[in-house]
Amino acid sequence: MLECKGVSRLAGHREILRGVDLPLEGGQVCALFGPNGAGKSTLLKIMALLTRPTRGVVLWDGEPVRGRESKVRQQLGIVSHATYLYNNLTAEENLYFHGRLFGIPRLRERVEEILEKVGLYYARRDTVGTFSRGMQQRLTIGRAILHEPRVLLLDEPYTGLDQQGQAFLNDVIRDFRNAGGACLLISHDLPDAVALADKFIILSEGRIVREGSCSDMTAESFDNIYREALEVDRESGDAWAIQFRGEG
Amino acid sequence: MGFLSRTMTVVWKDLMVEFRAKEMLLSVLVFALMVLVVFGFAFNPVEHDLSDIFAGIMWVAYLFAGTLGLNRSFMSERVNDALQGLVISPIDRSSIFLGKFMSNFLFMIAVELVLTPVSIILLKYPFHKGALLLGAALLLGTFGFAAIGTFLAALASNTRASEVLLPVLIFPLLAPVIIAVVRVTDAILGGDVSGVMPAFRFLAAYDVIFLAIPFLLFEYMLEN
Amino acid sequence: MKILAWLTGILGVVALYLAFIVAPEEAVMGPPQRIFYFHVASAWTAYLGFLVVFVASIAYLRTGARKWDRLAFSSAELGVFFTSMALLSGMTWGRAAWGIWWDWEPRLTSTFILWLVYIGYLFTQMTAEGDEKRARIAAGLGIIGFLDVPIIHMSVRWWRSLHPEVVRPGKMQMEPMMGVALLFAVVTFTLFYVYMLKWRVRTEDLRDRLFHLKEIMRQRGAAASRRG
Ligand SMILES: Nc1ncnc2c1ncn2[C@@H]1O[C@H](COP(=O)(O)OP(=O)(O)O)[C@@H](O)[C@H]1O
Ligand SMILES: [Mg+2]
Repeated sequence: MLECKGVSRLAGHREILRGVDLPLEGGQVCALFGPNGAGKSTLLKIMALLTRPTRGVVLWDGEPVRGRESKVRQQLGIVSHATYLYNNLTAEENLYFHGRLFGIPRLRERVEEILEKVGLYYARRDTVGTFSRGMQQRLTIGRAILHEPRVLLLDEPYTGLDQQGQAFLNDVIRDFRNAGGACLLISHDLPDAVALADKFIILSEGRIVREGSCSDMTAESFDNIYREALEVDRESGDAWAIQFRGEG
Repeated sequence: MGFLSRTMTVVWKDLMVEFRAKEMLLSVLVFALMVLVVFGFAFNPVEHDLSDIFAGIMWVAYLFAGTLGLNRSFMSERVNDALQGLVISPIDRSSIFLGKFMSNFLFMIAVELVLTPVSIILLKYPFHKGALLLGAALLLGTFGFAAIGTFLAALASNTRASEVLLPVLIFPLLAPVIIAVVRVTDAILGGDVSGVMPAFRFLAAYDVIFLAIPFLLFEYMLEN
Repeated sequence: MKILAWLTGILGVVALYLAFIVAPEEAVMGPPQRIFYFHVASAWTAYLGFLVVFVASIAYLRTGARKWDRLAFSSAELGVFFTSMALLSGMTWGRAAWGIWWDWEPRLTSTFILWLVYIGYLFTQMTAEGDEKRARIAAGLGIIGFLDVPIIHMSVRWWRSLHPEVVRPGKMQMEPMMGVALLFAVVTFTLFYVYMLKWRVRTEDLRDRLFHLKEIMRQRGAAASRRG
């Protein structure tokens, strides 16, 4: 469905991404892992058509998106680091606003339905500024699926969610996949994400260092693969610390 | 849904946000009033006839207030990266600009509707006739201000010093509007309408040009 | 680069000679009139600089190539420098001719507004966040600013024409040799601008390369420390 091919991205002189190929297919959840600063969010933003790659292309159904961005955007649901919500508007109004931008028919019913689904119906008339981070995150997820997209791009979507919220999000992702949608999931909760996903991709310093299927993968075996892929010294543990040692 | 109705969605959202944060409109109004009062103290309308400089004072108050309003219009988009929510939607990039422009324009007009009568009373201006022409001058001048101002505010909101940068950018580029609109306001208030049409034509030309260029450029300004 | 430097230097000497020695003294104003050659040349070069900003900005938005942004920024800096020169020489002229530093003379006034516009451009280049975003924003400004230039001129001229114009002494009679001196001044300043622009762009290129090398070193260092 959505695919990026040979994507590189320069920020000044840093190569944040180096020749990444990532096809997203319907009915599949693809988990994207990697240490902080690996370029995961940048990759997601490129696929969300928020940033252009320096080299390479983003394809939609095999054709470059260039020139038909708005048609593709109609099919994307996005949860990013920031919530993209207006603090001064109520939950209902935020959804209503996005629904109108996406041209959703029978919007009132759809907004009510989504508010029920994300468990914020009781707070629909409260301004988002008064929400806890977890409530805002629920609303953000609701906003992402409001227009029934075919692709979900989720960047650390569990941020701020409580246990119920996490379970709810897992349900949303599963339902979405079962309905034939394609999902890209960036997460730092490896065991959970591996259990949920169909395939995984490990990104390090802008390159894909490992990819494969998640079936028959246990938490331990994946942990090993992850560590091995990042060449992480088992004692020192944290890939992040090592990545920055060279700077000293 | 068409281009226009999506543009109106953006306007609706801006007006809602504005309405919720009433203190913004109010503080902009109070600020403009303070400017008028300062001019009152500086020039003393009791002893002096301020007719000659009245139009200038009025526009200084509007422009200062308007600049404050523009800054705020894009600051609210920065909280939670809310503007990105517009960028991921399928609407035309230029309709984002047009929507922001229209809401800024309406905001300014609302401020002017309150301030114009107040400044006429406060500065003891002997206003008799020409209300219609005055309205036209206000509309044309405000249109140009909102058009180029919306574009510049969007640019400035991406810098570290946007509150300071916006006035630095806006006033030189707006010089033609300031010159034309103050002259024509002065002429209308003074009852001399002979030079009004050329000034209106000039303002209208500026308005069209500086609505069209940002309209075309805006899509490049939104990417990150 | 070398040839350009020599050419600029030699032409500079010729231009000075022409302006101060060869060109006849203007009848009404006397010696201060000789400022005129450098004033006009500075103003011309400033406009050229801003035209380059405009063109490079469009090229940047079309191609996204960093070199256009560097060219625009370098040219804007030089444009502001030459605008400052034009303003200072214009003020000196005003002082010599009419005994007053600043008299809202239309051309000088619009040059001053122009100066403010591009000061704003430089501020934006310095304070904008993010490399590409900064370049794009600056390009937008470089385009809209330049398109405003003729409109600013028109409006300022019109604004001054509403005031009764005092007939002033100091309307010059151009003699042929004066024209030659002016031509040489303009050509010299233009060459000087091109020369400076090349240097400025090169400095920016080197700075870029340095960052690039630093980045490579950083990545190598990280890789090495990971291996052992
Ligand atoms: N606009 C930018 N300018 C410069 N560097 C950037 C920019 N955006 C991201 N980076 C850098 O790119 C790298 C990857 O960032 P990101 O994609 O956010 O990583 P992740 O999401 O995997 O933690 C980081 O080192 C970050 O500092
Ligand atoms: Mg990230």
